[in-house]
Amino acid sequence: MKEFAYRRATDVDEALRLAAAGGDTRFLGGGTNLVDLMKNGVEAPERLIDVRFLPLGGISETSGGGMLLGATTTNSDIAAHPDIRRRYPALSQAILAGASGQLRNMATAAGNLLQRTRCGYFADPSEPCNRRAPGSGCGALAGEHHNHAILDWSPSCVATHPSDMAVALAAFDAHVRYQTMEGAGALPLSRFYLPVGDSPHEETALPGHALITGIALPSVTPTLRSRYRKVRERASYAFATVSVAAALEVLEGRILDVRIALGGVASQPWRARVAEDMVRDAAADAELFRAAADAELSAARPLRDNAYKVTLARNLITTVLTELAASERL
Amino acid sequence: MVDDMHSEITLFVNGKTTSLEVDNRRTLLDAVREDLGYTGPKKGCDHGQCGACTVMLNGRRIVSCLTLAVAAQDAEIVTIEGIAEGDALAPLQEAFVRLDSYQCGFCTPGQICSALAMLSEHAEGWPSAVTADVSPDAPTPELDAAEVRERLSGNLCRCGAYPSIVRATLEMAARKGISS
Ligand SMILES: Cc1cc2nc3c(=O)[nH]c(=O)nc-3n(C[C@H](O)[C@H](O)[C@H](O)COP(=O)(O)OP(=O)(O)OC[C@H]3O[C@@H](n4cnc5c(N)ncnc54)[C@H](O)[C@@H]3O)c2cc1C
Ligand code: SF4
Ligand code: FES
Ligand code: FES
Repeated sequence: MKEFAYRRATDVDEALRLAAAGGDTRFLGGGTNLVDLMKNGVEAPERLIDVRFLPLGGISETSGGGMLLGATTTNSDIAAHPDIRRRYPALSQAILAGASGQLRNMATAAGNLLQRTRCGYFADPSEPCNRRAPGSGCGALAGEHHNHAILDWSPSCVATHPSDMAVALAAFDAHVRYQTMEGAGALPLSRFYLPVGDSPHEETALPGHALITGIALPSVTPTLRSRYRKVRERASYAFATVSVAAALEVLEGRILDVRIALGGVASQPWRARVAEDMVRDAAADAELFRAAADAELSAARPLRDNAYKVTLARNLITTVLTELAASERL
Repeated sequence: MVDDMHSEITLFVNGKTTSLEVDNRRTLLDAVREDLGYTGPKKGCDHGQCGACTVMLNGRRIVSCLTLAVAAQDAEIVTIEGIAEGDALAPLQEAFVRLDSYQCGFCTPGQICSALAMLSEHAEGWPSAVTADVSPDAPTPELDAAEVRERLSGNLCRCGAYPSIVRATLEMAARKGISS
């Protein structure tokens, strides 16, 4: 690991000043991804600014009836929060489906969003990888890619985004709030991650040296039901092969509101808008759900070894929507 | 004189305070093992994947291999050495011995720290990935084998002592009146 300087920031202005002071500086949250990648030599910052002592922790109600997750709130605290469990259960379930108890106690909300891909070539500096070393090629495209993307990849990179939490946040139309020396800003999750294109190393729309300050969840109607389901290669403690966060609001058999987001299929959480449009305002019905899932996945371009994900995604979408519709009738 | 790449820190481990100078790259795991001599926490993978290095930081279980020592200064840290009272084993340690919850023992310090912290998390009402209804209005699920396995899935055991690790943990939960 390369040597680095460490500073602990106690107010946001200080953190922003330190970040803009020059050199390759990185914010340190729980360190569960950054420290890991520094050990592999994938990341080699000159300076770490510990943000966990900034006044950015905690979970609060927003004026619009939604909730604000402070950037440094741990994944555990978000998943265990009574209001998150009551109003955004898919978010609680998504977090609980990720990593381990220890890691969730360390991981922060902001760090979770900004964790890097788990593509094995990315994690190994002796391999080609456009995301880590632009222009070096993509080892996974013709190599080991059974757990890579089926949607919206480019020949430059076929990796998926690993976060479970971000998939649920996409379904709830969350906004990421940030601050720079120039002021505060916000990005909807749908525009937070950049399409992979020719420059997979440019991962988010955050301006340079931006500090994420929080994640805002819009209000939800009390009758919106939501659920997260994750398929993985082990029963627990493994990244998703495919996951789905879905929310449904049904009144007298009619679907008023629907949100579907997929994990493990693209370089960012995949909002299934085609399927949503087919289902919204229709009568809740398993056949319709399957047709909607098929329509969404007609855009899939599986790689040599991951066509199974298309079937998996279709079955997951159908099952979860059917379960949610059934729970409405109880 | 410390330069930018080193820090003078104070660590509070198992009730003792130690001031030391560390390279900023030093992990909490290496600091407690090599600088403070607490060799209970083990280095299995050094990448957050196995749980052998589990310790408690401010009462919560964490992996010490991905925690920088400099970032853990001023926090209260407890390793397996801080679990027992004097020479008397803590009840969960005793249950591990009696129920054969280990073979080589390499993962055991991490398993015990993790299980104890997990019991506190459960007592606070935290749900898990196998909890059917995460609603706060639903009763906190009793700890059964499935709940224990899920909640301890961050601790691997290459000897495969899992059945008796679950047994010892369930016995402990039963003593606290929180298992089925
Ligand atoms: C063994 C293992 C298994 C895992 N399994 C899963 C899984 O199944 N599902 C899943 O979703 N995740 C999983 N994870 C990943 C884990 O969720 C992430 O590592 C974690 O959420 C990252 O959060 P952190 O606070 O530790 O981030 P850090 O490692 O501290 O930081 C990550 C990135 O975010 C940046 N950053 C941090 N805070 C801010 C801020 N406030 N503003 C701007 N930038 C910031 C850092 O500079 C860095 O680039 C696993 C990790 C491990 C090690
Ligand atoms: S898929 Fe992306 S991350 Fe993986 S090797 Fe190719 S460029 Fe790198
Ligand atoms: S040594 Fe820390 S988790 Fe394996
Ligand atoms: S007892 Fe040997 S690794 Fe668990």
